[in-house]
Amino acid sequence: MQRMSGLIRAASVAACLALAAGTASAQEPKSIKIGYAISKTGPNAGGANITQIPNYQMWVKEVNDKGGLMLKSIGKRVPIEVIEYDDRSNSEEAVRAVERLVTQDKVDLLFPPWGTGLNLAVGPVFNKYGYPQLAFSAVTDRAPELAKRWPNSFWFLGTSQMYVGALADLLAKQQKVGKINANVAMISIADGFGIDLSKAAREALPKAGMKLVYDKSYPIGTQDLSPLIAEAQRSGADTFVAFSYPPDTVALTDQAKVASFSPKVMFLGVGVGFPLYPGKFGANTEGVMSLGGLSKDNAGTAEYRKKHNAMHGRDPDYWGSQVGYASLQMLQQAVERVGKIDRPAIIKELQTGTFDTVLGKIKLEGNMPKDAFWVLGQWQNGFYTGVAPQRPGVAELIVPKPAWKP
Amino acid sequence: MRRGAVIVAIAALALGLLAFVPWIADGYQLSLAIGILNYAVLATAWTLFSGPTRYVSLATVAFFGIGAYTVAVLGEVLAWPVVLLIALGTGSVVALVVGFATLRLSGVYFVIFTFGLAELIRQVVTWFEVNVTRTLGRYVFVDISQEQIYWQLLGLTALVFGAGYAIRRSRLGLALRVIGDDEVVARHLGIGTTAAKVALFTFSAGFMTLCGAIMAPRWTYIDPAIAFNPVVSFQVLIMALLGGAHRLYGPLLGVIPLTLLFEFLLARFPNHFSILIGLAFMAIVYAIPRGITGLVEQASARLRRGAAP
Repeated sequence: MQRMSGLIRAASVAACLALAAGTASAQEPKSIKIGYAISKTGPNAGGANITQIPNYQMWVKEVNDKGGLMLKSIGKRVPIEVIEYDDRSNSEEAVRAVERLVTQDKVDLLFPPWGTGLNLAVGPVFNKYGYPQLAFSAVTDRAPELAKRWPNSFWFLGTSQMYVGALADLLAKQQKVGKINANVAMISIADGFGIDLSKAAREALPKAGMKLVYDKSYPIGTQDLSPLIAEAQRSGADTFVAFSYPPDTVALTDQAKVASFSPKVMFLGVGVGFPLYPGKFGANTEGVMSLGGLSKDNAGTAEYRKKHNAMHGRDPDYWGSQVGYASLQMLQQAVERVGKIDRPAIIKELQTGTFDTVLGKIKLEGNMPKDAFWVLGQWQNGFYTGVAPQRPGVAELIVPKPAWKP
Repeated sequence: MRRGAVIVAIAALALGLLAFVPWIADGYQLSLAIGILNYAVLATAWTLFSGPTRYVSLATVAFFGIGAYTVAVLGEVLAWPVVLLIALGTGSVVALVVGFATLRLSGVYFVIFTFGLAELIRQVVTWFEVNVTRTLGRYVFVDISQEQIYWQLLGLTALVFGAGYAIRRSRLGLALRVIGDDEVVARHLGIGTTAAKVALFTFSAGFMTLCGAIMAPRWTYIDPAIAFNPVVSFQVLIMALLGGAHRLYGPLLGVIPLTLLFEFLLARFPNHFSILIGLAFMAIVYAIPRGITGLVEQASARLRRGAAP
């Protein structure tokens, strides 16, 4: 017994020494390691390359140019060291890469992967090790539930109801003042995005007093959308809504123009907010609506776009990019306020704090930003202006959309 | 007989030791072990059928995906063993139907058909989800830990090896070897070639389906593109061929080095992975066309010849 307790005492002394050694080395970290696994190859690579990777590179460069993240606990700036892996657009690879980052590379912080599927796949790993997960390229109806299940996860782009609800409100308002009739023609792509949003629309539109008179889905890769356009035209709806992907968004605009189909409200999906869209359609973008948007008078966003262009030689998109950059700024401020790499405290700060970002001030509610960014936008005088939700700087919706110019 | 007993004893010992891995491994090592076991089951199940018959199948992910989808649909409403049983049943029925319809094909036609099968099932699932359930992408919130996934896979590995061992020593195994050597001769010998082939195809598909079902809770979210990812089929094929498809333990010798190689390349050269992996495959095909088991056999034959005089 005597020997036993001696052993325990020796062991506890050793443990204390080890702990002390641990804190001693933690006091003078040479770098803060940030790791991410992202789709550099495979079907997700395109999206990751537009919305996510440029933001990561830009943010890291800016922070390191200043000397790193300011850690109050040691009173100096510590530069960021990046470790990146390719998840090959594969859930299993993503899970394993994040495990590797945490247990082998022992990173201090993690960045999220691209897309709804992969963010959900790595969610349990982020949660198991207690790393904040600031997902900004995932739209999921289960976001509120996920935030409860994994309190370390933040869902910046929100739910599909959020987007469709805003659209239904805008339409109902126009219908009440008699600018459009109650009929809506809707088409949607048969993939995650189109299915979720069209499903939400089938509930939200009738609730707002609108009537869905045409509702069709089309498979990915459909080239000829003119039959759908012709049917939508015949349906007598003043409002045309398409939950489409970039190639079909461009095709729809083209083919609607050819068919002289110029509905009073024209809402198209992903792609309207890409830089190539105004490049291709010029003045004909006027009045076209979609997701995302910009504030006319927000200097922060304007400066962000300028910096992005200077570093990468291209514009960011009008939706996820700026939200993503804002989420990185929030992470930075949370770390600097906590003053050390204390992940539970950083998560707590993210949940409760108010942050200055390129989008303006953001405070999260239930791990999601509320009215922090433009959910819907419309091309107005060559500027992709935010029209919903109702927040400072909101622009009035232009109805009807002007006719196509030749 | 004694040799058989030794093999069984060694296998049982290895299994017993491997069961302790979750207690000593950290998250990443466990993750790697799960990856190895996943492919060990798939490649060995693939070899069960394709090894003796020499029918190259690219349908692996079709069954793997059926298993994963069964969990996505039923995982939250039924007890876990029941879900596994339903997955097994679904996979087997599909294999049976497909087997009777197509195992009369041979050569490159069979390869193309099996590749098409995975794509067909993916499209059918997509169509169903889009038009009937109106959701694409399902959430799998099942309370199953990584350790439990590991143990289930380990059990499944033991089962697939046991089954393979038993089949090789049975009349069915002999019949299949004859079919692999010459199908016409086999038919003339009075072997019911179609029944034998279908039986084994179904059996092998059952294991693949179970494997998919066990792996599904790892990903939380499943859509047809994730569940029916054709890369899985090709990877299984390459691993089995590297190891050597004419021995039961052959695929294992391909799975372990290739999984580790993928891991090494992904960790060290994330930006050049695709190029390096392509070079590695070419090197494998040119340098060891008969697989690692072929190399081992060659070496041991040379040793024996050297020792004889």
